[in-house]
Amino acid sequence: MARDSVCDVVVVGAGVVGAACAYYAARAGLDVVVVDRGPVAGGTTGAGEGNLLVSDKPPGPELDLALLSTRLWRQLAAEPPFARAVEYEPKGGLVVASEERGLAALNALADEQRRCGVEAEPVAADRLRDVEPGLAPGLAGGVFYRQDAQVQPALAAAYLIREARAAGARVRTGETVTALLRTPGGALRGVRTGRGELHAPAVVNAAGVWGGEVAALAGATLPVRPRRGFILVTQPLPPLVRHKVYAADYVADVASDSAALQTSAVVEGTASGPVLIGASRERVGFERGVSLPVLRRLAAAAIGLFPALATVDAIRAYLGFRPYLPDHLPAIGPDPRAPGLVHACGHEGAGVGLAAATGLLVARVLLGEPAPLDLAAFRPERFAPPGAHTRRGEDAQPAEETEASKC
Amino acid sequence: MNGVTRPQSPDGVLRLAVIGAGPAGMEGAVRAADGAVAVTVIDAGPAAGGQFHRQPSPLLHALPPASQARLPSWSPSWLPSPALAPHRAGRGWAALKSRFDRHVAAGRVRHLADHHVWFAERAGGGFRVHALVGPAQQSSIRVDADALLLATGAYERVLPFPGWTLPGVVTAGGAQAMLKGSLVLPGREVVVAGTGPLLLPVAAGLAEAGAVVKALIESADMRALLRPAPALAAAANPGKLAEAAGYAARLAQYRIPVRSRHVVVAAHGGERVEAVTVAALDALGHVLPGSQQRISCDSLAIGHGLLPHLGLALTLGARVEDEPAPAVVVDGEQRTCVPALWAAGEASGVGGAALAQVEGEIAGRSVAAWSRGPRRAWQDEDHARSPAWTSAERRRGRRREFFAALDAVYARDVTWAERVDDDTTICRCEEVRAGAIRRVLRDDAASDPRTVKLLTRAGMGWCQGRMCAPAVAGLLAERSAARERGGAEGGGAPGPSALVSSRPFARPVPLGVLATLPPDEEEGTDEQP
Repeated sequence: MARDSVCDVVVVGAGVVGAACAYYAARAGLDVVVVDRGPVAGGTTGAGEGNLLVSDKPPGPELDLALLSTRLWRQLAAEPPFARAVEYEPKGGLVVASEERGLAALNALADEQRRCGVEAEPVAADRLRDVEPGLAPGLAGGVFYRQDAQVQPALAAAYLIREARAAGARVRTGETVTALLRTPGGALRGVRTGRGELHAPAVVNAAGVWGGEVAALAGATLPVRPRRGFILVTQPLPPLVRHKVYAADYVADVASDSAALQTSAVVEGTASGPVLIGASRERVGFERGVSLPVLRRLAAAAIGLFPALATVDAIRAYLGFRPYLPDHLPAIGPDPRAPGLVHACGHEGAGVGLAAATGLLVARVLLGEPAPLDLAAFRPERFAPPGAHTRRGEDAQPAEETEASKC
Repeated sequence: MNGVTRPQSPDGVLRLAVIGAGPAGMEGAVRAADGAVAVTVIDAGPAAGGQFHRQPSPLLHALPPASQARLPSWSPSWLPSPALAPHRAGRGWAALKSRFDRHVAAGRVRHLADHHVWFAERAGGGFRVHALVGPAQQSSIRVDADALLLATGAYERVLPFPGWTLPGVVTAGGAQAMLKGSLVLPGREVVVAGTGPLLLPVAAGLAEAGAVVKALIESADMRALLRPAPALAAAANPGKLAEAAGYAARLAQYRIPVRSRHVVVAAHGGERVEAVTVAALDALGHVLPGSQQRISCDSLAIGHGLLPHLGLALTLGARVEDEPAPAVVVDGEQRTCVPALWAAGEASGVGGAALAQVEGEIAGRSVAAWSRGPRRAWQDEDHARSPAWTSAERRRGRRREFFAALDAVYARDVTWAERVDDDTTICRCEEVRAGAIRRVLRDDAASDPRTVKLLTRAGMGWCQGRMCAPAVAGLLAERSAARERGGAEGGGAPGPSALVSSRPFARPVPLGVLATLPPDEEEGTDEQP
């Protein structure tokens, strides 16, 4: 068999999560082939803001994952070319509350987060504009999260892919996985693509919002669904927004199960000058039509935080689909229903931030080494098969409550 | 579109919105209004006419007649965007303008001049068009319509070369717009370069207005134009050929040296352009070694043909093709694949003002026929073989053939990329150089414009890729060809429309305007009474 059709692991997906899996696996000495039907960062990665956040996560398994990932991104940033290559900015996040009640809830959340290792510093109302001079007057207060950072997500994926290639990985873009190959016993033995077969004892499902389709190729259910978001992009500006700034209700929106439109202001400057304005969440399938009401609400919310934005031009808007699972936690780890299949998808809006930790954990699973984090909450088989308890079109409910985090 | 029931407007009159008031938009508006359709024309220009019939600023009419006499006094009707047209385009333009003005005066056509469309969407079975009100552009109005005609025109394709971002380098059309709109010359000693039929009147126009045109540098073989090939002669009517032939005389009259099969390989200068280096091309389009020659000048007008504005069409979901040339795909009645959406003029394929006007006529008549009831498309009616249809179709066919023959003379500059060194700026807005793009094509296996944009920022800036899309496509083609030579699958480079396809805004819009749009948008309600 030709050498180029055999490897240790096939990573399906060249988004930031697949790139991180390939990076850690290749650097650990595994022979990796990354396959993507599109280009590098062609899916949700390319439509994201590049947030590396701990601030928006309440205590629980996702926060543990985010804290690990934050440490790993910092390690990556210590490699000299990294920061410049991916526009890494460890600039911190500022969460603001407009009213006392919201501030109380925000402070309560920050108290809990601090106990888990999050650096969260309360910012009094009269100090908010020392931290962010452009903020509107009259806000009740906020919390500053020093660990929040930002990368340009497509550059981050491309960087990790390049480094993985330097460590021996091969990357095949524009190639679609059409089948997963299995042994008579049911274990995976590779993939079939539009260009032939690739033989490997392990396959990583890093197909993002299409992760459910890849799982289905192995006969496994993984209810990954799209949750649409828009981002408005302004003209390049001199520094106006120093940190990632968002309203406290964002945290509630992230955790919401509602299919209806939610918008909360998330505003941040970029290394290149434009200000990015999010975040909207809707469950409308893969509908790509531009929704003016969503953009209107995003613009209004952003101006509410930064009044000077009113006269700034929006030059672009784009949309993306967050891959979400019903309990808002990703699927990371081996799938007992299809030995050899390892999932790394369903990160919703946090895929860039969680990519580093996911990549490391997947590499440990592939090597059979102990993971630095309990993967129980991310078990891919935790969802009931569709139709068992739900009507068509509804989300499957988690089979059980998410386990309590260790903190 | 057939079979789609037309939406019922409150007063029973079909409402058509026309975007663009060039020849296609004006003629389309007139024909639809002739058929009792209520028309709203939305256009960025201060007066109707578009690029072709661009009017000098009203202030300039106060100039003494002596200064006006120095303006170019002719204009070829088959060219996309020639000099001061009203004099020469003469009866055709005067008649169109008077028919348009009559409808405006009678209230059958509402003309929103200095309105800048930034977004169009499908709504309530029809369309909703949003436009900033100029010149301040700090408020937005909304036009609701049952049908929409895109007559959005074209802009200039510019292929970069070393030095093209120096002050003093302008687009050929830009030079002409300066001349037509403000009666200003780009410089005293001008080199006109690039390719396409626009360069001829630009060179002659600049000379007539008093500039010294140091050279006309055309990468195509112009002998095929000045001594027309049989195909061109067969497709053209005699008047147009006479126009074409007339250029030789005019260029000679002003002693403009014409270098056919030549290109500008670099512009030089510190503060602004001081000279250009030109070189001859060999039979395969490569620079002929040793043919480089320096020409001193204080300005350079460049253009490499025209590209249609396709952003709104893409946003509305209309099918767009990149080959053989970028265009919205339309049927015989200028209908797009989106119900109730028509496209005419350069939007449905660059072909000049005369073609645009007849396409506008067909589109306008088609809308009018459709307004008389569902399925009553023009061709379906009893006068399907009416003289009006036959005549319009014949004129359109002839003009398309003529332009196709002309286009064949101006064959695409396929060797452009090899004259671009890595330091050459490709995307001006984001200051992305060719080397950065080549690097992601090579190291990151980028093979589509979107990935190039994500990894280099080319096309992310102010113009949203309008300027750099053809150049990015050219570098993709260069990489693809190199891979094919290396035995890999090339896969063909995607066209420039891929770079603009995900851009919903047709132009920048202030966030304050966006934030204060009428709240009834929120509920997606139907039109206001």
